[in-house]
Amino acid sequence: MQKLRYERPVIQKMNAGLMNKFGTRTEYEPVKQIDGVAVKAIIEQYGSPVFVISERSIRRTYQDAVRAFKTRYPKVQFAWSYKTNYINAVCNVFHQEGSWAEVVSGFEYNKALGNGVPGNKIIFNGPEKTNEELKQAIENESLIHIDHFDELYQLIDICEHTSKKPRVAIRVNMDTGIYPMWDRFGFNYENGSAWNALTKIVASGKLQLTGLHCHIGTYMLSSEAYAVAAKKLISLAQDCKTKLDTTILYLDLGGGFPSANTLRGAYLPASDTNPSLEEFAEAITNTILNAGFKTDELPLLILETGRALIDEAGYLLGTVLANKRLSDGRRATIMDFGVNIMFTSFWYEHKISPAQDFTHHTEDMVLYGPLCMNIDVVRETINLPLLNRGDHVVVHRVGAYNMTQWMQFIQMRPNVVMIDEKGNTHLIREAESLPYIEQLEKMPGHLAQFTL
Amino acid sequence: MMIKKNVATSDSGFIFNPATGDSFSANPMAAEIISLLKQGDSSASIKKIILEKYEVESGQLEKDWDDFMLQLRDANLIES
Repeated sequence: MQKLRYERPVIQKMNAGLMNKFGTRTEYEPVKQIDGVAVKAIIEQYGSPVFVISERSIRRTYQDAVRAFKTRYPKVQFAWSYKTNYINAVCNVFHQEGSWAEVVSGFEYNKALGNGVPGNKIIFNGPEKTNEELKQAIENESLIHIDHFDELYQLIDICEHTSKKPRVAIRVNMDTGIYPMWDRFGFNYENGSAWNALTKIVASGKLQLTGLHCHIGTYMLSSEAYAVAAKKLISLAQDCKTKLDTTILYLDLGGGFPSANTLRGAYLPASDTNPSLEEFAEAITNTILNAGFKTDELPLLILETGRALIDEAGYLLGTVLANKRLSDGRRATIMDFGVNIMFTSFWYEHKISPAQDFTHHTEDMVLYGPLCMNIDVVRETINLPLLNRGDHVVVHRVGAYNMTQWMQFIQMRPNVVMIDEKGNTHLIREAESLPYIEQLEKMPGHLAQFTL
Repeated sequence: MMIKKNVATSDSGFIFNPATGDSFSANPMAAEIISLLKQGDSSASIKKIILEKYEVESGQLEKDWDDFMLQLRDANLIES
């Protein structure tokens, strides 16, 4: 006799009272494949956990973003934000699409050069730039975005010994009505520091003032703030033209556009609340177009969008290690991935889907990672089907920051796989090994041996 | 292990505890186990029935059984 399909027994308390009219539904559809490649097959070949990047999704998202801006404004350039995901294969998809590189350290700068980005298409941001790094950037005619007066004087000092006149911009921070105000980076607009820096740059005679940059925050939920930012940059640009006789060639509005991830504690899902990229594009380009620039003097608009271009393309596939019941009766499920490789668990309530068929019965649970650390919580509460040891899940929208901020802590970092547009999988970053982790360690001679 | 006498259950998996006013929904496996427990079947005989009828290993069933008993206890549905 054919045996019946088994499902572990479970009861759910039925809650009377007001329902949450904004309640989101349980993920009723299992996600069994990504871009046509079976999740099971990926895990069989590359192990679990494993990050998966969809090349098709990157290209589609990038092209949509470019279209959103270029249909509204004639001169637009995207620069890929390396810190968001600097795995070379990922960067190169963006570069193939036409994106420059935006870097915030010498390490990232050299990564971009190594990927083949011409030096004059690298934007060098960030508060730390050594003399050597600045000299390299000057030599390569990169766009150097000055963060503070010490860096400005450092740069002027370097220029005493070179015939090259570096192309520079300043980063401007400002009140755009957003809290918190990111005033730790760049020169403040309201207190006159930004203008002071601009006059010093021009007066030095050693630097080419070419642009103005701002980056007003991260995961911004107001497109209006970008209109305010653009307006303030434009007023500086117009002052540069009239008072300093210097034409600003580009305005770099930075990044900070949100992805479709839901922030922790948010009442509504991000898909219902976050402005679209079109809304940001509309706010920024309208402000510039209405500022009174002559058509042939419109500045180039640079965007350093990171998260909004890559989050959607990243998936994390994982496996259930164990189920347990907590002292208060809650179900806890332990996964083979945790905050060590999914740093964004601290920020988002990630969408997680089962990767196999299941019945309509679900349960509320806490999702823990595998670390022997209390902080390792992937989701404080989530409603999922009855997962069993060995079942697979798919975590969505993990493309941004996880593959740069991940930690080698307790566990090693896993394989990263890219699915190309034809559905072929490519290993783009190999899982770490013990020899790899230990290669930089040195053992003092007197500690080499012991007896227990 | 005895389900409290006044707990009302239905074949569809609806459970009502008049003592507390709480109601629960059970998946088919849970509903079947509760119904057998209400008939007075022993744990051992219920497990035997499940192993014969369903596609499950005894180790898995043992784990799930213990967990289910915890759920019933938390829900205040079994005699202490």
